[in-house]
Amino acid sequence: MTSGDRRRLGLGLAFVSPWLVGIAVFTCFPVGASLYYSFCDYDVLSKPVWVGWLNYQDMFSDQVFWQSVGNTFVFNLLALPLGMVTALALALLLNQPVRFRGVFRAIYYLPSLVPAVAGAMVWLWILNGRLGLLNQALVHLGLAHPPQWLTDPAWTKPSLALVSLWGCGNTVVIYLAALQGVPRSLLEAAMIDGASAWRRLVHVTLPAISPVIYFNLLIGIIGGLQVFSSAFVMMGGGGPERSVLFYAIYIYQNAFEYRHMGYASAMAWILCLLILVLTWLASRASRRLVHYQGD
Amino acid sequence: MLRLATRLLLYLLLLLGAAVFVLPFVWMVLTALKPLDQTLAQKQHWLPRRYEADLDGRRQEVRPGALVTEPAVWLVLHGAAQPVVVPAAAVRDGAWHPQSGAPVPVRVLKPVPATLAAPWQEITDLRGLARDVVPVSAISSAVAFRWENIPRSIDAMRHFGRYLANTLLLCVLNVLGTVLSSSIVAYGFARLEWRGRDVLFGLLLATMMIPFPVVMVPLYSLFRWLGWVGTLRPLWVGSFCAGAFNVFLLRQFFRTIPKDLSEAARIDGCSEWRIFWQIILPLCRPALVVVALFTFLGTWNDFLGPLIYLTDEHDFTLALGLEAMKMSRSGGTEWHYLMGASTLVILPVIALFLLAQRSFIEGIALTGSKT
Repeated sequence: MTSGDRRRLGLGLAFVSPWLVGIAVFTCFPVGASLYYSFCDYDVLSKPVWVGWLNYQDMFSDQVFWQSVGNTFVFNLLALPLGMVTALALALLLNQPVRFRGVFRAIYYLPSLVPAVAGAMVWLWILNGRLGLLNQALVHLGLAHPPQWLTDPAWTKPSLALVSLWGCGNTVVIYLAALQGVPRSLLEAAMIDGASAWRRLVHVTLPAISPVIYFNLLIGIIGGLQVFSSAFVMMGGGGPERSVLFYAIYIYQNAFEYRHMGYASAMAWILCLLILVLTWLASRASRRLVHYQGD
Repeated sequence: MLRLATRLLLYLLLLLGAAVFVLPFVWMVLTALKPLDQTLAQKQHWLPRRYEADLDGRRQEVRPGALVTEPAVWLVLHGAAQPVVVPAAAVRDGAWHPQSGAPVPVRVLKPVPATLAAPWQEITDLRGLARDVVPVSAISSAVAFRWENIPRSIDAMRHFGRYLANTLLLCVLNVLGTVLSSSIVAYGFARLEWRGRDVLFGLLLATMMIPFPVVMVPLYSLFRWLGWVGTLRPLWVGSFCAGAFNVFLLRQFFRTIPKDLSEAARIDGCSEWRIFWQIILPLCRPALVVVALFTFLGTWNDFLGPLIYLTDEHDFTLALGLEAMKMSRSGGTEWHYLMGASTLVILPVIALFLLAQRSFIEGIALTGSKT
């Protein structure tokens, strides 16, 4: 290594040094410690005690753990496709030559900026069984017994999916930006060939924005497996019959309510694994379905 | 060009969607400006109203109660303090004849000749002391927003001033820390050539995949060991160590600036720090604004972090204080104050968005296009 190389290396390291400190303190140490804790009995107050695979074994026989896994999957199977399709539909509408596009875009986007706690309060009020706006409207429309959105275990997940749908504006804006990047020449060529609007959408527009759809899917999966705030605020520790006890909520409860920090860490690693597996599956599926321009 | 029918349908769908997205905001604000009893009514009106009627010998504001739609009697049951409305058919010979049980002697105050077409309504004064039952037509109603609910929502939130000060302090520190450290680090990755740079950058990208719950427990025990649990420190110290995502974003932006600019400055004997600080950074203002905005919002909206680390009510942030307000209800929920407080927490976010709409939209589009 020449002195020039060394000087450049020193300079480079100096510039990235805040991140080096950060990755050591806020990433490497916690990741290592978390892995270690996941094999320990640990309550923060006393030293961790090595228990081997016990935490992981406990998970298999823990009914509540499996319930939280099931809740998280069912919720995401509901909320993720609903959110992605709605966002895409709204973006396609906005991508037409419409007036006041900026105003519409702002209206769709704003709810996604709202703090989760404040949004949760508003929806608690709207979904209130007797006094809520939604049920008052349903009664007005002649429904004698509207759903108890927040207290009936069968309805809590759809309710939260509705709440998350309200925040899909973020995705709308991402789709809209992608749609505006679809090559005009392709669409015009398809039009000259006599392709209907539907065929243009399926054969030109969607393939062209498929990398962005894939990106939103990945973000959706990673975020969806970690849903916490709105469910936690709206339904407390898991809701009626633990119907919205999501994975992240159960981790939080184990760590900070039951002080089973070792168990919580083990759960966190399973989550990490789940995310890896799902993103791997998504990336495999994407190989056939996602078209990158210039390929 | 689109056909007229298609255009109409398009606008109809857009408007319908917009209405659905806006409705929760509207309902929140309207509820915040209602008196409590109008939020608890079986059938609610859109707008807050003010009802007036003659009661206790003078015209005053009243609270409407139960509606009477059949002939009835306004009377006091023997031994009871408050008068009640009883169907006329059940009152005979100075006594009330319930469907089961012995008749109860009553003192009749007045007959209530109500019908479905001309209903009467119970009313009470605002303190709930004086009561009467009067024809609905004798009650006047007008739209009236209760602006005084807003200061009362602040009171109901208890330590609103502290929450606001804590939240703003965290926002300032996090924005400062993030913008400063992330831009320095991004410069090192984007505009300097050094051995191992690309390997480290790969590592940085990989760290973005780690879910927060994995590091949550060790960070908590670290901050506990430092004695920082119950202080604001765990919520901002990390921001001075450059977040991976922001570094990534800024690096992309830094790389778009021509290399010649730095070369020319180097030939002129400019130090690397001066090139960064005086040449590159000012050119990257839009990207820095995006990072600052999203950091501010992330801090303002954060719930899990404060929930884990803050223990004393005086250290709470607005998000945590709002959550605590829900818990501290006595008996029924005071929806009007809860919606008032929610409005106050949401309003700055909306204002910020309206002020910096372009940066927001560009920033969001930027995050999506970097795949």
